[in-house]
Order: sequence, then C-alpha cells, then structure tokens
Amino acid sequence: MRGPALSSLALSAAEEGGFQPPTISETHLPDILPWMAPWGTGFGKNMLMVILAVVLITWLFSFAIRKQALVPSRGQYLAESAYGFVRNTMGRDILGDKHFRPWIPLLFTVFFFVLFNNLFGAIPGLQMPTFSHAGPAYAMAAIIWVTWIGLGFKLHGAKFMKLMTVPSGVPKPLLLILTPLEFLSNFIIRPLTHSLRLMAVMLAGHIIVMLAGSGAEFLIAQQEGIANAGLGVAVLLGSIPLYFLELIMMVLQAFVFALLTAIYIQGSIEADAH
Amino acid sequence: MGENMVSTTLIRAAEYEDANPLLPNPWEAAVAGIGFIVLFIIVVKVIAPRFEQSYQNRVEAIEGGLNQAEEAQAEAEALRAEYEQQLADSRAEASKIREEARAEGAQLVAEAQEKAAAEGARIREQAQAQIEADRAAAAASLKAEVGTLATQLASKIVGEALDDDARSNRVVDRFLADLDAEQQSQGAPQ
Repeated sequence: MRGPALSSLALSAAEEGGFQPPTISETHLPDILPWMAPWGTGFGKNMLMVILAVVLITWLFSFAIRKQALVPSRGQYLAESAYGFVRNTMGRDILGDKHFRPWIPLLFTVFFFVLFNNLFGAIPGLQMPTFSHAGPAYAMAAIIWVTWIGLGFKLHGAKFMKLMTVPSGVPKPLLLILTPLEFLSNFIIRPLTHSLRLMAVMLAGHIIVMLAGSGAEFLIAQQEGIANAGLGVAVLLGSIPLYFLELIMMVLQAFVFALLTAIYIQGSIEADAH
Repeated sequence: MGENMVSTTLIRAAEYEDANPLLPNPWEAAVAGIGFIVLFIIVVKVIAPRFEQSYQNRVEAIEGGLNQAEEAQAEAEALRAEYEQQLADSRAEASKIREEARAEGAQLVAEAQEKAAAEGARIREQAQAQIEADRAAAAASLKAEVGTLATQLASKIVGEALDDDARSNRVVDRFLADLDAEQQSQGAPQ
C-alpha cells in the first residue's frame, strides 16, 4: 500500500506548486488508427497489445514445442514446465483427475493471455497492462461466466439453478433470505469481482507507475533546488522496488484469475456435491 | 479488502476526474474477447495437443524401455531354462548310454563265455569221438592181429595148423568176446 503514500506525496507537491497528478483519462491514450484520434473511436494501443499477446503466446509455445523432443531442450523444458504448471496445479489439482483434461486448453489460454497482457505493464515502451482498462477485463470475465453457467446447465439441466441458489441443509425460513443472496453472489457479484479484481490491481499498478514517473519528472525538471531534485531521485529509486512488487502482482493476478476460472468450472461440474 | 480500497479510491478519483475507470470501451472489450477466443482456438488445435503428445511420447518411451528390458530379461530367463534343460537331458542321455554300454558289455562277455564253453564242450566231444574211433580202430586192428597172433601162437603151441578157418574164427571170436566182457566188467566200476 505504497500507492496512497505516493499520491499524498504528489498531492503535497501539488499544494506547493503546479503539479498535476496523472488522471484516469491519461491512461486512455489516443488511438493509433486513425492516428491520434480520441480514445475509443478507432484502433488503439490496448487492442494492439491484445493482438501482440496472441501472436507472442502462439509463437513462443509453438516454437518451444516444435521438435517434441523426448529429451527436451532448455526452451522446450521451460515451455513444458509452464504448460505442466497450468495443467497440474490449476487443472488436475482443482478439477480432479476425472474431469480436468478437456479444460486444460481453456485454463492455459486464460492464464497466459492474462499473464502476457499484464506483463506488458512492466515492459518499457508498452508500459501498460491491457487489463487496466475495464473493457478487456469485463470481456474475459464474461467469457468465463458464460462458460461455467453453460457447463452447469449442460451437466445438470434446469436443476443447476436450484443447485446454485438453494443451499442444502438450511431451515426453510432462512432460504427466503439465502436464496436471493446466493443468486446475487453467484451470478452477479462473482463475474464482477472476477473482472474488477484484475482491472483494479492492474490499474493501480499502472497509476503508480504514472505517478512515480510524472512526480519524478516534476521534481527534477520543473522544480528548482537540489532538495527537490534529490526527492525526485528518491522517487525514482523508490519506484524500483515498486516495479518488482508490480511484477509480482501481475503474475499473481494472472494466477488468481485462472485459478478462479478453474474453481468456477469445478463448481459447475460438481454442483450437486455440495 | 485491498481491492475495495483501491476501487473506492478510484471511484473517488473518478468523481473529480473526467473518466470513470469502470466504464468499458466496448471496442476494447470486443477485441480482447475476440483475441482471447482466437488464442483459445489456437491452443485447442495446435499448442495443447502438441504438449500432450510430447508428454505422451515421453511416457511411452519410458514405459516402452521398461517393457523392453522386462522382455529381454524374460527371454534370457527362458534361454537359460532351456539350456539347463538341455544340459540335464544330455547328462541323462550320457548316463543312459553308459548304462547300456555296460549292459551290452556284460552281455557280450556272457555270450563269449557261453560260446567258449560250448566250443570247449564241442572240442571235447570231438576229441572223445576221435578217441573212441581210434580206440575202435585199434581194437579192430588188434582183434585181427591178436587173432592171427593167437592162432599162430596156438598153432605153434598145438603144433598143428588150424586150417579150419571157420572153427578158428569161432574160437578167436569167442576169445575176443570173453576179452571184451572182461574188459567191460573191469571198466564199468571205474
């Protein structure tokens, strides 16, 4: 929680001089096609990064596994470990030996798509996680939402709605309260938290980067005096551990997003078990 | 908890900023969704099968190697058993042959002995017959000669020639018969 500390630093700077903290609007860069058009009217950086992620993931994994060697090269070993991590940790351990096989591609795609798009926030030049924008996060959560609900109805029929909303072993009068709550929790809040968790963490990280950058620039270049410059350097130095913290958050959020996907699917498969 | 704090901060930020971070850009959402689905299809069709195949190949290679080793061992075991069986067989056969040879040898010895005994008996018989014949011949020649000699002696003694051959022959025959009888009676007790 160094974000608030940094923003208060920036705010105190704003009281002294003309420092303008970066705004949410500044995370919305002008579009690429048509060039410099207002955000949301054409093809933007965010979309470019989505395509970049698709190309990168496809190329990296296809390239690593192209030989399918029995004794793997270093690259193939790394890719196999990554694949095995998703397959075993998120697939087999959560979905169980019986059900996990058909879901490996989905979990693999979710994890690496989110991971690569998050890591774009740590790469100079790109420096923006795709999911710091709400749209992509909502889209991902919606796809997962449709998937697990569709799966539930396919496996259990109309009974799935009852299984998801009426908890078993609860006295009848309590059901009057619990059933709407369960419905709200499972069908409405679940996809919202699923997407907002990812979006908020990525946006916060992105804003911290912007704050550190603009704050340091303001202190070093626009303010006079050695003390302010020193403070600016301190901000830059402080942003280094923040960068690594952000890196951890990026990986962690990708992991959490994919893990929750697996848990939701598992909940649909075994809806009648609890 | 943390995310709530962050979102409330953002909402507060959004109140005095111009953009609301919770409002999606539908085009970005669409591109992300389509990008995800495209990647998902690529993973389903290409990437996941290759990784699974690679994993399967490795499992098969390892299990195949183990099976092969097991097979080779079983084969060696079978060969060894076969050799041992053959060895035992040949040993048994050798001892059988030895036994047979011994039996055959014993039989040969027995046969030879028998043959020798038979030969001996035959030779003895022959010799006896020969002796008998010789003795008979000698007796016959003696009979003639003794008769003549005795007759001559008798005629000399008697002084008269016994011309009457028939009578002299009778006398000689009777004499010889007596001689024979005497000899028989002497030889029987022996």
